[in-house]
Amino acid sequence: MTPLQIALIGVLGLIGIGLYGLLITRNLIKVVVALQVLVKGALLALVAAGTASGKINLGQSLAVMVIVVDTVVAVIGLALALQVKRRMGTLDVKELSTLQK
Amino acid sequence: MAVLFIVLTIVMLACAFMAFRAKQLIVSALWLAGCSAILSLIMYLLGAFAVAVIELSVGAGLVTVLFVFAISIAGDETIEIKSIIPRPIALIIALVSIVLLGFMTISSLVSLPVTTETASFSDMLWQQRGLDMLVQSGLLFAAVLGMLGLLGEAKVPVKEKKTVSAKEPQATQSAVKPVAATPEVKA
Repeated sequence: MTPLQIALIGVLGLIGIGLYGLLITRNLIKVVVALQVLVKGALLALVAAGTASGKINLGQSLAVMVIVVDTVVAVIGLALALQVKRRMGTLDVKELSTLQK
Repeated sequence: MAVLFIVLTIVMLACAFMAFRAKQLIVSALWLAGCSAILSLIMYLLGAFAVAVIELSVGAGLVTVLFVFAISIAGDETIEIKSIIPRPIALIIALVSIVLLGFMTISSLVSLPVTTETASFSDMLWQQRGLDMLVQSGLLFAAVLGMLGLLGEAKVPVKEKKTVSAKEPQATQSAVKPVAATPEVKA
């Protein structure tokens, strides 16, 4: 197996684990963790595609943008989780739903 | 080299899996930091040196500090209850997504034209993708403003005090009187 094929397996694994974690997790902070894992798969996919096509600098510049956006998403997600904890007293996603009451 | 890639990929996937299987949130953040560090090593071995360094400093450093900060404020709450979506259904959805994504990726990688790149990384980042950098700076500015708006909490208790004192002035006065009277009784 070439390193590119192994990286592709890593991409699929990261995206699968992130998606599974996003579906089963009820803690708001763990939702952000699962989202981070999902985005890391996309990041590795960009670098692997850049390596495969011979345009590694293009892949790197796109990956830099993904890292910045990912960090902003993490910051906003954690700030939202903190506000939810302060106002509602819990991080459980199911208890935040007011439509059930 | 292939053995090193395989070992790194397995360890990275194990770290990612443990990141949301861990019961404590702080342990989960540390597993995520380990996943980021190994991912940066894989990207370095693939030839993406600049992104590897940025991912190591931002993904394994800054984001981990943010997680620890948020967990220390919010508290380490462990939620050990059933997930909203049943786990077998979630597993099936994840597996179907992986299979479809893998099929699309492999079929596109076969027909991917290999070209040589002339522009350097700095040329690509600052000139050819200059609009992306502009969007990134705007996004960072918006994120800082959003953080300030979300973490601001000073106005909420002031409003509660005002409403209580405006609607029930007698109730607060009557609540104060017994407290003031107790030292006199004791004396």
